[in-house]
Amino acid sequence: MRKEFFLNAALLGVLLAFPLWAWSVDEPYLITLATRAIVFAIAGIGLNFALGFGGLVSLGHAAFFGLGGYVMGVLAFHAQTYTPVMGWPLVINGTKSMPTIWLIAIALSALLAVGIGALSLRTSGVYFIMITLAFAQMLYYFTISWPTYGGEDGLSIYVRNGFPGLNTMDPIQFFAICYAILLIVLAFVFAASRSPFGLALGASRQNEERIQAVGQVPFRLYLTAFAISGAITGLAGALFADLNRFISPTMFSWQTSGEIMIFVILGGVGRVFGPVAGAVLFILLEHTLGGLSEFWHIYLGAILLGVVLFARGGLYGMVAGREVAHD
Amino acid sequence: MKLRSILAAASLAAMATGAQAEGVKVGMITTLSGGGAGLGVDVRDGFMLAVAQSGRDDIEVVIEDDQRKPDVAVQLADKMIQSEKVDVLTGIIWSNLAMAVVPGAVAQGVFYLSPNAGPSPLAGAGCHENYFNVAWQNDNLHEAAGAYANTAGYSNIFILAPNYPAGTDALNGFKRMYEGELSGETYTKLGQTDYAAEIAQIRASGADSVFFFLPGGMGISFLKQYADSGVDLPIIGPAFSFDQGILQAVGAAALGVKNTSQWSKDLDNEANVAFVESFQAEYGRLPSLYASQGFDTANLMISAVEAADVNDKDAFRAALEAADFASTRGDFAFSTNHHPVQDYYVREVIQEGDVFTNKIVGTALTDHADAYVSECAM
Amino acid sequence: MSLILFIEQALNGLQYGVMLFLMAAGLTLVFGVMGLINLAHGSLYMIGAFAAAAVAGATGSFLLALVASLVCAAFAGVLVEFFVIRRLYDRDHLDQVLATFALILIFSEGTRWIFGSFPLFLDKPDWLSGTVMLPFGIEYSLYRLWIILVGLLVAAGLFWMIGRTRIGIRIRAGENDREMIAALGVNISLLYTFVFALGAALAGLAGALIGAIQSVQVGMGEPVLILAFVVIVIGGIGSIKGALVGAILVGLTDTLGRSFLPSFFGLFLEPSSAMSIGASLSSMSIYLLMIGVLLFRPKGLFGGI
Repeated sequence: MRKEFFLNAALLGVLLAFPLWAWSVDEPYLITLATRAIVFAIAGIGLNFALGFGGLVSLGHAAFFGLGGYVMGVLAFHAQTYTPVMGWPLVINGTKSMPTIWLIAIALSALLAVGIGALSLRTSGVYFIMITLAFAQMLYYFTISWPTYGGEDGLSIYVRNGFPGLNTMDPIQFFAICYAILLIVLAFVFAASRSPFGLALGASRQNEERIQAVGQVPFRLYLTAFAISGAITGLAGALFADLNRFISPTMFSWQTSGEIMIFVILGGVGRVFGPVAGAVLFILLEHTLGGLSEFWHIYLGAILLGVVLFARGGLYGMVAGREVAHD
Repeated sequence: MKLRSILAAASLAAMATGAQAEGVKVGMITTLSGGGAGLGVDVRDGFMLAVAQSGRDDIEVVIEDDQRKPDVAVQLADKMIQSEKVDVLTGIIWSNLAMAVVPGAVAQGVFYLSPNAGPSPLAGAGCHENYFNVAWQNDNLHEAAGAYANTAGYSNIFILAPNYPAGTDALNGFKRMYEGELSGETYTKLGQTDYAAEIAQIRASGADSVFFFLPGGMGISFLKQYADSGVDLPIIGPAFSFDQGILQAVGAAALGVKNTSQWSKDLDNEANVAFVESFQAEYGRLPSLYASQGFDTANLMISAVEAADVNDKDAFRAALEAADFASTRGDFAFSTNHHPVQDYYVREVIQEGDVFTNKIVGTALTDHADAYVSECAM
Repeated sequence: MSLILFIEQALNGLQYGVMLFLMAAGLTLVFGVMGLINLAHGSLYMIGAFAAAAVAGATGSFLLALVASLVCAAFAGVLVEFFVIRRLYDRDHLDQVLATFALILIFSEGTRWIFGSFPLFLDKPDWLSGTVMLPFGIEYSLYRLWIILVGLLVAAGLFWMIGRTRIGIRIRAGENDREMIAALGVNISLLYTFVFALGAALAGLAGALIGAIQSVQVGMGEPVLILAFVVIVIGGIGSIKGALVGAILVGLTDTLGRSFLPSFFGLFLEPSSAMSIGASLSSMSIYLLMIGVLLFRPKGLFGGI
């Protein structure tokens, strides 16, 4: 436990110190890179909530990531063009305010997760993996062929959305926003995992019959976990869209689901901080290997393979020991 | 944090960074890994060939792989502009990546020279003084195909394209020029590999010809299956499905097909003859459309570097607008929206020995600009 | 819409389904026996196609190319099983997904490294070119008919092997209780290698057969892989019969949806929106089918227990 605590602290410290250093030497791109890692980490934390704590292997979290992105894109697009999102039965206008967008992204993603979860949770195992994938694929094809918001071309939002009192176009200030959200999400997940709900969820993952015997309904526990998980990943999607000032159906693709899953597994399944470590490592790999050769995917694949085969429990499992078993 | 930079030439300005008047720093974001890598490799090779031939040692090119992902392309553009401090960006192959990168990049003051993608918003209302398209507007080759369909006497054509913006643009572009009837119009799934159902529809539609836009592997699959289906209506398409890189994979199934292009390797002008020969000597393969576009993009940029200092944005822009370079396509000029005014040719797929390639059989459109010029306030 | 066109499209759907079956059979076999999710199955399909294209290019013989696709894919399968997959049998699905996702990256870029970035040429042989006249005046591609035949033969062969042969008995026993058959003296590790190689060979064969009328290029495996997963999930994972039924269902849904949904919407919508709504809906149709099936049968049509 102790080692894990130090690792957590070190991770958060580095994630804060690195961009501050980059800011002091005027390397805005490195700040953006760190922000990207943080946004990916939040997406991973979302998936980890379902996957690590609830044992729900979802290969369709791109659905929530993409939905969050499109919430941002659609609202900002309408604000940018001064057209209402919806004129009937009630008028909804676009917005360029980050907090509003976040809330809507969270709410809609949670709603979508309840819908997908309610249907998908009737199945288990591989069927669950595949049905979640199917939902994400449907949204992917839907957005590609939906011309209003750019179809496959996606949609550019020229100016980042606003946050009261801050200049969000300044990389370091946008970084600060994302970092603060990361801390809040981490605190929330940490608290949730130790709450009666979190404990029941963990117990249910390990033995459903016992949890039924004490009067809990596993389905409800899983559904709640899935909704929270989707909401967090949706929030990450909205942040990602603001980071790039751009959305596209790629956010819904199955490769995105796969990447989010990689963050979780690289870092360590079921550890609160696991996805943070995973996302940072992934960004690091992407940017160091990319320089080695045109065929850098081979090295990336080999490293991922090595992690699965020889470093069970991911980075955290390696460094902090196997205190939290994930199976 | 130098990730991957290929120094085209040892930069004389290396000792000082920033406010240096000499030379130009170019950022190339293109697709070098995954399924679409062939196009990116060709653009890069064509571009670097021109840089090498220029003999200038003050052009530095930084090349990065966008993996065909829009978000990665945006990140790379930010990096090149903010950290590498490039003057010119180029290299993007796909329209959706261009839409993600270009508006932000030109707003930050760099020049963007497009060697391939030409989405309509960037030609119309979204045009920008620092954005130059050296290839074509997305609709152009399809417009040329529509014009050719008229001259070929087709009057009842079946048209199909994938269901995404470039596909819709393609069919609209075709219809803009085409004067006959449509026997059918179909949108296929993006990335679809089996076209039996569409071919059956074509057979049942009573069409006299077929126009299709299916880039990459989709086109290869369609052509092979079409040739196998016994439907022998004439086909026309834009050059993308009949390009040097993929023609060998289609094989005899493409023989005789007419396709429209602004370039062909047998175009008889001095620049092109030299380009085809030197490209083959350098890389051991025939150049493709994309290679020619990369080559022209680099030569346009070099002509501007020779005429003006890149730090003097207005002068550099004027030098680009002049387009005073020897294009492999022969005549080349920019329209007011910084998109090409050029000729579009009709090519026919032929076999030369073992190699499938194209030869020019006619001209579809002469000095053609695009349909969006009037929407561009520039 | 004429009846003839409908019949022809149904035939196309059947043929598409059989192509999917070739891919899905290996996947479902490997999952049924070893409980392994193999995302790299699409890479084996790609390897088969590339091997066939290379051999056909060198020798000009389509049959040799088919043999090469079987051998190369099976060989790649054995290698992968020995070095990687074998360590994953006892892991949870998560590790399997990630490890085989990593294998996709390695195989794809490795293939590109060897063969370059451009698509390869592979064509059907002359003796399978052309069309034949079917009843009702339907003109149909000979090669596609041949694929239907090969697919049905493979299906029959698999049913025979699983149901009638000694190895089939072991495979079925392995699905039910692997400790028990190990205790009975069956070399379970060899059995697993064999099943994995068989699955790989089937994927490779599918790649070569389909590669002849599609594009042989890096990344060709992934779209088919997802479809194959949809197929085996609909059919019930582990069931060959399920894979066959699922594949044909998916083939028919996709093909008929593509050809008739736009004109169906055209009955009550203006043409351009009918076109785009029909096209969007048809691209989602197989996923809707899968979700529908799973809602009523959470373990697929033939998922058994």
